[in-house]
Amino acid sequence: MLRFMLQRCLVAIAVAVTVSVASFMLLHLSGDLATAIAGPEATSVQVEAIRVQYGLNQPMLAQFLAWAGRAIRLDFGNSFYFRESVIDLLAARLPITLFLGVVALAVALFVAIPLGVLAAVKRDTWIDRAALSISVLGQAMPSFWFGLTLIMIFSVNLRWLPVSGNTTWKHFVLPAVALGYYAMPAVMRLTRNGMLEVLASDYVRTARAKGLPPRKILIRHALRNAVIPVIALAAVQFGFMLGGSIVIEAVFSLQGLGQLAWESIARNDFPVVQAIVLVLAMIYIALTLAADLLNAFLDPRLRQ
Amino acid sequence: MTLQPSASPLAAGMPDAPVVLAPEPQALATARSPTVLALRRGLHHGGFLIGAGILGVILLAALAAPLIAPHDPYAQDVSRRLIPPIWQAKGTWEHVLGTDKLGRDYLSRLIYGSQISLLIGVAAAAISGIIGTTLGICAGYFGGRVDALVSYIVTTRLAMPVVLVALAMASLVGGSLKVVVLVLGFLLWDRFAVVTRAATRQIRDQDFIAAARATGFSPVRILFQEVLPNILNALIVVATLEMAHAILLEAALSFLGLGVQPPLPSWGLMIAEGKPYMFFQPWVITIPGVALLVLVLAINLLGDGIRDVTAPEGRR
Repeated sequence: MLRFMLQRCLVAIAVAVTVSVASFMLLHLSGDLATAIAGPEATSVQVEAIRVQYGLNQPMLAQFLAWAGRAIRLDFGNSFYFRESVIDLLAARLPITLFLGVVALAVALFVAIPLGVLAAVKRDTWIDRAALSISVLGQAMPSFWFGLTLIMIFSVNLRWLPVSGNTTWKHFVLPAVALGYYAMPAVMRLTRNGMLEVLASDYVRTARAKGLPPRKILIRHALRNAVIPVIALAAVQFGFMLGGSIVIEAVFSLQGLGQLAWESIARNDFPVVQAIVLVLAMIYIALTLAADLLNAFLDPRLRQ
Repeated sequence: MTLQPSASPLAAGMPDAPVVLAPEPQALATARSPTVLALRRGLHHGGFLIGAGILGVILLAALAAPLIAPHDPYAQDVSRRLIPPIWQAKGTWEHVLGTDKLGRDYLSRLIYGSQISLLIGVAAAAISGIIGTTLGICAGYFGGRVDALVSYIVTTRLAMPVVLVALAMASLVGGSLKVVVLVLGFLLWDRFAVVTRAATRQIRDQDFIAAARATGFSPVRILFQEVLPNILNALIVVATLEMAHAILLEAALSFLGLGVQPPLPSWGLMIAEGKPYMFFQPWVITIPGVALLVLVLAINLLGDGIRDVTAPEGRR
């Protein structure tokens, strides 16, 4: 177990380093940062001045090492736009996105797991087909359009919930539904497949033969085992949702990390963009690592 | 398909990654060509038929856009702004789906917009397909260190937030159709790699591969001539999924203003342009949104259908 944990941790650290190199390279190779920062009206003298000011005339490797050396101490420099340290900006915005992600994940699991169980138990009935249809529809729905449609129905027509903003819990309901719906199909299908597999297993047959009540078999024996892979998936989906929240935050004007990222990209505020890419990647890596370890803890067969 | 209860993103990130193989050789001996068989099964598969039908109609509309579009999609007419579609009280037959804020015919823009979505879907899937398949079959065939390296690359790629990186890259290079295709093509290859790796591993120890190796074929020739044709079914299924994925991402990028640029009639862009008017004229965002939903749904149904009809024994 210890060896397994150590191995996974090492891989996670290596991935983290590679991701930071890759994200740094991508942004620097995609175009000339100095020209982008200076704006379309700048003269070549101004562009050169900016190049020197931000150290963009240095070799790429030197730039990266300088950036990484500071990033490791959580110093991402100052925002070009706000004249404020990047880490303060992130600290102010990250809680909103995390809260949105947690609520969205809760919505997704709360709907998807019962639906998946129901679909497996009532296999090949209309319930199963309806559940599958919902998941197929969910995969095809453009999330930003779904968000706008929710606003039209629940905020404009029914007037139940506010259109945008992030001051009360009510502001988070629609964004969380829009974001969670996107994670639902995968969770639903995995729960359904897992349940089908478990329900056909020997120990469930034994439990039935013993005459245990069906509800007890379903929850204590079947769901407990079927849900193990769902935990890992939920962690991964949570990571994807944080990345995807940029679109939802733009639709609902939630002032989270995604909104900050979008605005910073539009403003060519690269220190902020780079830091957000890195932070989201780190959260994802930490989540998958945690899921891996939790899974190994729950299912000893995976440790080998 | 069985799901590995592992938390590695390779397995957990894509629970639906279809692993489909060509039918067993001995099953073919008694049957006709597998393609004919698959097509015959397809005619009895509801999802396959619906998906293929809708996609066929959209494809025809995209190809015949200049012939069937009632108006020039770029022609503005300020005196005819925001005319509602035909099913509303003030609708006219001249503009069946109404006009946008600049008086451009919505139906014509919708028809021309299908060209953009399909082009992005096909081109991005082609680029990512080449990258992902190359990585995947090499990992599956050679195994060992190559496999470890490819898995590592895929894990790294999965850790990068796609929307954010795509937005940042598109913004730096300058959003355009070409840039969106390239950015998505270079970002969406992960599922191709995962699925082709799994499919290749399943066939690499079979006799015909051993025979090819014994004949002295080079690895490159084995990969292209022996492995690739036998994992083609799996490849087609992933290609449809990634097409759908790319179309949705393009719409999102264009919606955020960093993808396809105006005046091109991208559906995502049409939704962005309609957003300020949606409270009084909800149809301005409903129409392109439904178009996107239907197109992606059709592609997904077709993909699921192909998976079912090419490998009926793998169906659950």
